[in-house]
Parts: sequence; C-alpha cells; structure tokens
Amino acid sequence: MQPNTVAWTEKKGLAQMLKGGVIMDVVNVEHAKIAEDAGACAVMALERVPADIRADGGVARMSDPDMILKIMDAVSIPVMAKCRIGHFVEAQILESIGVDYIDESEVLTPADEEHHILKHNFKVPFVCGCRNIGEALRRIGEGAAMIRTKGEAGTGDVVEAVRHARTVIGAIRQLQTMGDEELMAFAKNNGAPYELVKETKELGRMPVVNFAAGGVATPADAALMMQLGVDGVFVGSGIFKSGNPAQRAQAIVKAVTHYQDASILAEVSKNLGEAMVGRNISQMPEADKIAGRGW
Amino acid sequence: MKIGVLALQGDFAEHVSMLKKLGVETAEVRLPEHLKSLDGLIIPGGESTTIGKLAVTYGLMEPLREFGKSRAIWGTCAGAIFLSSDIGRDQPLLGLMSIKVLRNAFGRQVDSFETDLDIEELYKATGTERPYHAVFIRAPIIESVSGSARVLSALEDGRIVAAQQGHLLATSFHPELTDDTRFHEYFISLAG
Repeated sequence: MQPNTVAWTEKKGLAQMLKGGVIMDVVNVEHAKIAEDAGACAVMALERVPADIRADGGVARMSDPDMILKIMDAVSIPVMAKCRIGHFVEAQILESIGVDYIDESEVLTPADEEHHILKHNFKVPFVCGCRNIGEALRRIGEGAAMIRTKGEAGTGDVVEAVRHARTVIGAIRQLQTMGDEELMAFAKNNGAPYELVKETKELGRMPVVNFAAGGVATPADAALMMQLGVDGVFVGSGIFKSGNPAQRAQAIVKAVTHYQDASILAEVSKNLGEAMVGRNISQMPEADKIAGRGW
Repeated sequence: MKIGVLALQGDFAEHVSMLKKLGVETAEVRLPEHLKSLDGLIIPGGESTTIGKLAVTYGLMEPLREFGKSRAIWGTCAGAIFLSSDIGRDQPLLGLMSIKVLRNAFGRQVDSFETDLDIEELYKATGTERPYHAVFIRAPIIESVSGSARVLSALEDGRIVAAQQGHLLATSFHPELTDDTRFHEYFISLAG
C-alpha cells in the first residue's frame, strides 16, 4: 500500500538502509565520533541519555538545535533526534534544521496525552515506539516510516524489549494463520487500522522496518533481539554509561552483523569491562516506567 | 547461477528478495568463505562507513578485490561508494572501479527524491523502453569515471548516477526498493 503521504518510499527506504545496523544515543560531538568510528549506522543526538533523564526527573524536552547541528556537522552518517509525543512544533523545528529521522519518543515527557503527531505531512521520516501490534500499526497509520520496540529505556534491562518484540512478532505469526474474514475482528481487538492489518498479514512482517530498543546493553542482548526477528538495534544508555564505550560500541556492531554466529559473539563479548549498572525492572515502581506513554 | 549479497549491514534482504523473484539462487555473505561458488555479488545500500569497517575487521577486503577481478559485482548506493577508488575522505574502499564518488551529494534525508531515468543499455538488454524509476536516498553521485569505466546513466544536469566497468556495476540509486526487476536482470546477464 502506498499511503497518502509525502515521500513515502524515501522515508521508509532510509530505514531499510539502516537494517542490520546499530543506532547509538550520543550527547556530544565526541560521542558521535566514537559511535561513527565504531561502525554505528546512525546516531541519535540528545542532551541526556535515558538513564540520566530518569535520574534527573523533571520535564524532558527536545534537545537544543545547536547541539544537534554540531553533531550533524561532525559525522557523515544519518543523525536522528527526539521530539515529545504529540509535540508537532518540536518536530517542525527538527525538520527545519535537517535531521534525517525524528523519534517521537516516550523517553521525553509527552506533550499530548491523547494524540500523536500526524506524521504523513512531514518530509522527514519518523520512528515511533510500540509495545504491541496495535500500537505499531496505529503509528504507521499516522505516518511512522519505522517502528521500534519501546522496551524500558535507561534501565539496561532487556526484558521489556524482549516482551515487546515477542508480542509484535507473535501477533504477526497469529495473523498469518487467520482467514481473511477474521481480520476485521483482529483490527478491532487490537485497535489497529484494518488496511494495515491486511497488509501485515500479506507481507508476513510489519510494513516498515522494525528495530529493537529500550534496555539493550551487551552484544548478547543485541544478538538476542536480532534472533527474535527485529531488523536492527538502538542502543541508548548502554554504550556511554559503560566502562569502555568505544570497545562496547564496536562489539555491539559486530554482534548485530554476526548475530547467528555464537563463536563470533563469544569473541566480541570478551573483556568489555563493566556494562552499565542497570536497573531491574521487576523492582521498579509502576510510576517510574515510561513504556506506558503513548496511546 | 548463484548470486551472493554482502550482508554486513544494509538492505541486503531486499536484494535477496529481488533475486528470488527472478529465480536465482542466493547466499548472504558475511565472511570470506561465503564467497565460494558464487557467480556474482551485490553490495547493498546501507552505511558505507559501517560496511567498510566490518569488511576490514572480518578480512573481506582482499577476497572481495580478488573476486571482482574475474566475477561480477554490483554496488547500489553505499555499495557504489565501496566499489570506487576515491571519495575524497578516509574510509575503507575496494578500489575496484575507476570512479570518483561524492557521498551524500544531494544533501540530507529531506533532499532524498525519486526520478525517471532513460537508460539505453537497460532498454537494449531487457527489450523494453519504459523509463527506469529510480529512488535516491541520501545518495552519492559519481563525480567522474576514468580508465575503462563508462557512464551508464546521468541526470538531466549531467550528474552521473550509474557506471559500468566490464562486469562491475555501480548505481547511486536503489533498484531493490522498487518492483522493477530490470536492473537485477541486467546484472545477472553480466554475471552469467
């Protein structure tokens, strides 16, 4: 399906170019260069990584455009930036400075508790988080050209990313066994647009690229997500909150390429130093979780 | 006929699926030993810096250069950059084709575009005359060709977007993102 949107092939296409790659959170030019040198296929420019946003509390907003522009000048790979859920003016600002992708992200404090941005109107592509197939297809319905799991950002605990990836991929498998007459009920029960449900069944996969995000901290975590069936991986706090960022970044890049080769995974996992400390989700109060943001 | 697709990073699955549509056997290439028994290789779109670094780390540079001496290789976008000999900056290149390439030549993602191209060679090879609809994403251009490399297609303003050198092919656009299989058919004819 070719939705009524600006530059759909190009928006969806850039995400296809990122497949099999690692997108890394960076907070300054120095981090961005380390990420590019390590083989990141893109960077996410933001003022604070999710672990720090959690620690600091308060309202988390779009980053300073000047800081994003400096990172865009410093690296040759695509640069993404985050805006708040529903904050279409932050998105307009990010588009006007020329970022390559916008993450309408639950990691920042939502600006609208009912509506997401109508993303079809933008020429810049958007990636959005999801916990299940309904949420994913609603975001694509609004014009997201790439999807990622929400996971639980800034924790270093991969369990929620696994849950969300399994939930989405499981639903796609379920769809493929359904008769066409069952699709409308599936759309209704999951709060998903019918046309996109139909397309997902026909394709046997999400109609756009689907990455893992939210809690990936080690090469093994990254390979786990790839083996579960995602197209690539975002690593947020996991790299620059660890003992040896450059080496860990390279190791995760290699792990995503060779995700099926356990002997290479063993090799790249050696002597990486300390992983980010992490926060166990099962002991986290509900109010501290951010994956529930988004509607 | 068996065509490999370099699967270090990028949209290799899209190329595999185009080749399957044409009934060609395929293989994903991540390590030097995966090049054995292939008749040709496609280097997909993706990030050329990522692909280059992984190729160096896993000892693929020399085996790929050796492969390209006798067998067909086609690079799309990042793949075209990787095949070239000069991009005016320091990153790993195969240097198999005598072409000079400029990365991100049209600007950033918001400058990505689609356009129709007239490609005589493609019409001749496939017996068609429909224009070729090309998708450019943060695309490079081929600044110049030299030696035995020749221009296959250029935009109206003269900027080169496809080049060929014997059995080596470079396109700055992405045939794997369309439903048009003619470029893949053309490449298979070079490999066969």
